[in-house]
Amino acid sequence: MTTANLYTPYRMKIAKVVEEAPGVRTFRLEFADPAQAERFDFKAGQFGEYSVYGEGESTFCIASSPTRKGYIECTFRQMGRVTTALADRDEGDIVGFRGPYGNIFPIEQWHGKNLLFIAGGIALPPMRCVIWNCLDLRDKYKDISIIYGARTVADLVYKQELAEWGGRKDVKLWTTVDPGGQTPEWKGQVGFVPTILEQVAPTAANTIAIVCGPPIMIKLTMPVLAKLGFKPDAIYTTLENRMKCGVGKCGRCNVGKVYVCKDGPVFTLAQLNELPAEY
Amino acid sequence: MGEQRILQKASLGELFAKLIAGGQRILAPVKSDDRVEFAAVKTPDQIAGDYIQTTTSAKTAVFPRYETMLRFRLKGKDVDVDELTPEAKPTVLFGVHPCDAASFATLKAVFTWDSADAYVEPKLEKTTIIGLSCTKGDAYCFCTSVGGGPGDTRGSDILLTPIDATKYLAEILTDKGRAIVAAAPQLFTPANGEAKEPVLAKIAPRFAADKLAQKLSALFGKTDVWLNQSLRCIGCGACAYACPTCTCFDIQDERQRYGGVRMRCWDACGFGMFTLHASGHNPRAKQSERWRQRIMHKFSYQPERLKVLGCVGCGRCSRACPTDMNLGEHMQSLAETTV
Repeated sequence: MTTANLYTPYRMKIAKVVEEAPGVRTFRLEFADPAQAERFDFKAGQFGEYSVYGEGESTFCIASSPTRKGYIECTFRQMGRVTTALADRDEGDIVGFRGPYGNIFPIEQWHGKNLLFIAGGIALPPMRCVIWNCLDLRDKYKDISIIYGARTVADLVYKQELAEWGGRKDVKLWTTVDPGGQTPEWKGQVGFVPTILEQVAPTAANTIAIVCGPPIMIKLTMPVLAKLGFKPDAIYTTLENRMKCGVGKCGRCNVGKVYVCKDGPVFTLAQLNELPAEY
Repeated sequence: MGEQRILQKASLGELFAKLIAGGQRILAPVKSDDRVEFAAVKTPDQIAGDYIQTTTSAKTAVFPRYETMLRFRLKGKDVDVDELTPEAKPTVLFGVHPCDAASFATLKAVFTWDSADAYVEPKLEKTTIIGLSCTKGDAYCFCTSVGGGPGDTRGSDILLTPIDATKYLAEILTDKGRAIVAAAPQLFTPANGEAKEPVLAKIAPRFAADKLAQKLSALFGKTDVWLNQSLRCIGCGACAYACPTCTCFDIQDERQRYGGVRMRCWDACGFGMFTLHASGHNPRAKQSERWRQRIMHKFSYQPERLKVLGCVGCGRCSRACPTDMNLGEHMQSLAETTV
């Protein structure tokens, strides 16, 4: 009897590298084995363990949309041992990926609703997957609005896609940088994300808010959403707890009775309110 | 309580020989310097006699401290990867105390819920546990507070109780246990209603774990309780490494010039690095929060989530603790704290 080994990664070839911001890169990864590419499927919100052999594994979301077949993309900031090694790889190199893991954004339940995406810094990648997924199914949703901020103009990721979303008539986009982070050429907003959200004041009626960002941004954004009338079960976010196994065994992402890798990473604010604030 | 038989202590050698001839590996408590550890034995005279607990628990037989998962060779832009799934050898774990035997339910729950772990599950399947009732305990034992006892049968396939100097009362509890008997049926003679209770250790209950889960949720927010509980904790993680039910692990790569291995090793929720984010943010930044996690995970989250308790009352954590924190005492104190 053999048990399929959960910890064996797929062999992935780096097909494309995009420099997004200082220290931030996007990799397009293609399956070295086409048969695996054929069988592979995932949904918006899921994540994986990416590895450089000899350095270890690191956890990021899948940043591309499941509607774009044949590859996955990840966007990461160079921070520690694994992401530094990953940043050293080039097109054509082989890296490891195992997944998809975790739950999903319930985008089918959102049909017929307005979607409000609020993201900060390096947290746009988990949202980019959902944004493209919903844009590829554009007639299923009403208004799609995006508020995205970073510390400086240079730190904004997906600049090309921001330009594309900004140019679309069926997307409302506000980009902002923290005060002092603007350049003379900057034409977007200046101010922290929660401030811009308050100014934009989107309607809470029939609207789902999806919020991803650093803990401080989330903390200050939630009260603004509450003031605008968003109910806790209409606000979605993702938890970014440290993980190793991704399959509910290593214990690292345990918060209350929840394993973030199995029951998350996607949670509504209503669900988070039931958990100890250990994230 | 299972079918009862008598096994002469003098027959153990013959039983071991039969089991080994049948392809089984026998792991039993063996004295090694000042420790007693589970190790491979051929004959019963190798087995340690005078000890309360093995230093490391029986879980090492299915979940070793260090295990390689992949081997790779780096070849320029490419890499060759070999999956290393260890062979699960048919194993008899002999002389496992009832607390350690009970821990296997927790190990199984963690490693097989939702998806099966390719390293642990096959070993669990190939392992037969011959338990040994406790005739003595110490101030760290608290099995009777967590649903167990010195003669508890849970987790054992056969439970032996040394009812006198020459013989064991053998309780045959499972199909795996019956397979052991079938290997040497003449050694297991009929019993005549012998009782095991008179020889069992007396372990007074300190608290009732089954009544504690609800209360712990209510105590979660009482930061002073957890601070007081953990004042002595230095976050060394010794408790987790000694624990028969702790399953938290890390996955790391070890690299040499042109290749290396991906391995996993035990980890501990008491370490500050355990939950540290790359950004520097730490969801459990304080030692008191990490101590609370240890207690909550074992006595509240696992019972709720996996329907198993994460503690069997063996007391190893407390014997290993360099600051002499005694989990039985700490749990009793929580049970006595008013919400």
